[in-house]
Amino acid sequence: MTPETLSQLAIAVPLIGSVFILLAGKWPNLREAVTLTTAVIMFITVASITPSVLAGARPDVVLWEILPGLAIRLTIEPLGMLFGLVSSGLWIINSVYSIGYMRGNREAHQTRFYFYFAIALASAAGVAFSGNMLTLFIFYEVLTLSTYPLVAHHGDPATMRSARTYVGILLSTSIGLLLFGMIWTWQLTGTLDFKQGGILEGKVDGVMVAVLLALYMFGIGKAALMPVHRWLPAAMVAPTPVSALLHAVAVVKAGVFTVLKVVVYIFGYEFLAETSASDWLMIAAAGTLLFSSIVAMRKDNLKARLAYSTVSQLSYIVLGAALATAAGIIGGGMHLAMHAMGKITLFFCAGAIYTAAHKTEISQLNGIGRTMPITMGAFAVASLSIIGIPPLGGTWSKFHLMMGAADADQIIYVAVFMLSSLLSAAYLVPVVTRAFLRPPDAKSAGAAATAEGGIREAPLPCLIAICATAAGAFALFFFAGDIARLLEPITAN
Amino acid sequence: MISANLPILHVIIPLIGAPLGLLFSRSPTGAWLLALIISWFTLADSLALLLIVSGGEVVSYEIGDWAAPWGIEYRVDMLAAYVIVIVSGIGAVTMLYARQSVEAEIPRDRIYLFYTMYLLTLSGLLGIATTGDTFNLFVFLEISSLSTYVMVSLGAERRALTAAFRYLVLGTLGATFYVIGVGLMYQMTGTLNMADLVNRLPEVAETRTILAAVAFLTVGIGLKLGLFPVHVWLPNAYTYAPSVVTAFLAATATKVAVYVLVRIYYTLFKGGVFETLPVDEILLALSLVAIVAMSAVAIFQTNVKRLLAYSSVAQIGYMLIGISLVTITGLTAGILHLFNHALMKGALFLALGCVFFRIRSVNVDDMAGLGKAMPWTMAAFVTGGLSLIGIPLTVGFVSKWYLILASLEKEWWPLAAVILFSSLLAVIYMWRVIEVAYFRERPAGAATIGEAPLAMLVPMWVLVGANVYFGIDTDLTVGTARAAATFLMGG
Repeated sequence: MTPETLSQLAIAVPLIGSVFILLAGKWPNLREAVTLTTAVIMFITVASITPSVLAGARPDVVLWEILPGLAIRLTIEPLGMLFGLVSSGLWIINSVYSIGYMRGNREAHQTRFYFYFAIALASAAGVAFSGNMLTLFIFYEVLTLSTYPLVAHHGDPATMRSARTYVGILLSTSIGLLLFGMIWTWQLTGTLDFKQGGILEGKVDGVMVAVLLALYMFGIGKAALMPVHRWLPAAMVAPTPVSALLHAVAVVKAGVFTVLKVVVYIFGYEFLAETSASDWLMIAAAGTLLFSSIVAMRKDNLKARLAYSTVSQLSYIVLGAALATAAGIIGGGMHLAMHAMGKITLFFCAGAIYTAAHKTEISQLNGIGRTMPITMGAFAVASLSIIGIPPLGGTWSKFHLMMGAADADQIIYVAVFMLSSLLSAAYLVPVVTRAFLRPPDAKSAGAAATAEGGIREAPLPCLIAICATAAGAFALFFFAGDIARLLEPITAN
Repeated sequence: MISANLPILHVIIPLIGAPLGLLFSRSPTGAWLLALIISWFTLADSLALLLIVSGGEVVSYEIGDWAAPWGIEYRVDMLAAYVIVIVSGIGAVTMLYARQSVEAEIPRDRIYLFYTMYLLTLSGLLGIATTGDTFNLFVFLEISSLSTYVMVSLGAERRALTAAFRYLVLGTLGATFYVIGVGLMYQMTGTLNMADLVNRLPEVAETRTILAAVAFLTVGIGLKLGLFPVHVWLPNAYTYAPSVVTAFLAATATKVAVYVLVRIYYTLFKGGVFETLPVDEILLALSLVAIVAMSAVAIFQTNVKRLLAYSSVAQIGYMLIGISLVTITGLTAGILHLFNHALMKGALFLALGCVFFRIRSVNVDDMAGLGKAMPWTMAAFVTGGLSLIGIPLTVGFVSKWYLILASLEKEWWPLAAVILFSSLLAVIYMWRVIEVAYFRERPAGAATIGEAPLAMLVPMWVLVGANVYFGIDTDLTVGTARAAATFLMGG
């Protein structure tokens, strides 16, 4: 099959899968088998496009012209390739984990859950492979809408309030600002295609470049730049597999991915560097990065802490894009993969703790490492990756990002990156030390289990998933060079 | 012979059909069948007309072979054909839907009256869009309005009567203002024929009489189309009218009135009216208030029909904004939204008709749990709602795209921002309904209900499908709207 066909297939497979998930709704084992099969087929489809993209091909297919000159168009370039690989690959692992988690917690509406999950993945692939801003916008909106039922899964009033925040912020920023920016771009240039070197150079100048950039950056609510980050902590009411794959990987990465796409292919990073239009964005991203780390430290709820950590880590990527240097953009792209692998592991662990010990707060985790050694071990590994300590994947992306800041002669942002690494150590390491070094609380269930010398881990599918992603965070340290090679062409002229 | 008479058949057949139904087929089914057949005939006729004029040709027809200044001329250009297709298309679909809904909402012995009135309304609305004579337009305006008042009053609740009465008072006021405007123009030019008026108005355009005529025409038609702040008849009329009537009126009557306004401004005065009177600025200002304030009011409604009625006033604001920009893109956006809004509101009101058919209520709170009980109906409602919000791949998105493009072309950034802001308000009011329907369980002890009958679901989904289809394939809608706008702007 040609890469063009495969790119359509990658979006079609999860959609078709979702129909079968509905049909198989009455037989849970069959239904989960369908999810897993779909995930595997999707990953194989995406993976088989990779060689041609590595070889320099840019598969491009125009599906349908909606308005004159404006089409639904798929184009695969390295950045999208990477995002597609990450999200479809992690979907397999996440599906394994979901089986353990959803059954372990006896969640209701599981068919609906798997159905919308598949739709969300299809739209993530659509975002990844979009050939122009309109196509990306369409899939971006479908991603918002399809994750709403997942966030609102529990359906109680508190959940519904959070779900409303979620969908409210994401829809309003995208319709109010992103769409505005898009139509403005269209009006200026007559195209919305992603083009190497950007399309805006020479069409807009002065302060308007910065204004247009602001419309995009705050319009892409999924990148969670403060103050439009509130939806992400709100999304934590969802079952943990949703938080893990969607709100640490697919949805948030769709956001920062769009940021990178806009900077590289709409504005052109050199154009941004010339006009200094992204200077304000550096400050905004650095502010978000530091401030949300501080908020994360103050959160006792584990998922909330991880959510704010995600807000902070997303701003690494936005900052990388804002620096408007080749190294910064490659570093941002790499961080997309590195953070995905680390953060999904952390969420898996949070879900495993909830499933096995029914604990949600960090202060309850004293000594839990004794009953859940594998989970907490993986938590430690993933934490180190997020902090950026070798030999884990996070090291390299941070290295590139700092290089990017140095290249841009913005030494202060090198310091910001370093400070932020310290902050992330400050909010992640205590969880690990608490789990392993403190004695269990006398009256907790963990204490009883320890007294019996027993180990009470989460269900096996959860453990498999946790180990797989933790190993992945480790493996990425060695494959970082390949990712950099994949991404390099996007910064060429 | 038929092809030569195309420009009149779609008006005359429903007009003759109305008394025929009254005389010969008083049984509910017979009356429905007659209305259905006539509706589909008019749709076929309209499509044929659109096909003829889509080449840029203007079809002129002299009634009874009386030449123009003495006789009445029917004149169908691109814009007219486009509006005729909207009206007859919506009519055809709602008639397909009507039988069971009408039987459930209107007393059996009055059903034939409903269909008679419907045919008169249809004839009137199509006549307004077809005629090339300003006084003849008034006649059709009255035919359609009077029969509409009766249709509204057929609503099940007694409040329908006061709603119809209020509509009648304000509607009559509007018609009177219109006819005064026509009279003033006649006084200065000595003609009622539009083609003649086009030639004679420029000489006298700056006279006080003509300025007064423009003012009367604007207010008169403004009353008919639900212009803020003279829209006050609309929410009650839409709320208390039978479901089918609401769907039909919301999708057609106000659109035809907007068409008349476009005709007056852009055909009769060739856009010159904007130089002598600031009607464009006035309309723009009022519409801006409408799209924000009426959307905000919609958020607080508990009756979903009323909610959508307020939303309609806001949406009419979008059309008027497009028209008041006085550019080709702006006019395209306004004309495009005529069609697109007809599709979305038609679909939404038909969905509410299905809801009412089953639970005898359209209050938000009573709709709890309907997502499960009536999956097809609610899915239609959600799709219609997404279209109203302007989510891509629906017609609403295309409308919004052009409207914002038009305001950016004029470099009116704040206008684009306000338009986007108001569509966020649409998110809020649609979401309230969706959330209740899908995430709240049906109250314990409530009667179990099933999906609406297939005969209602299919026509509703035809409109829903059109919402998506014309959101993806915009050749016909955007193409026609742009051609009509270019023609009107004299480009």
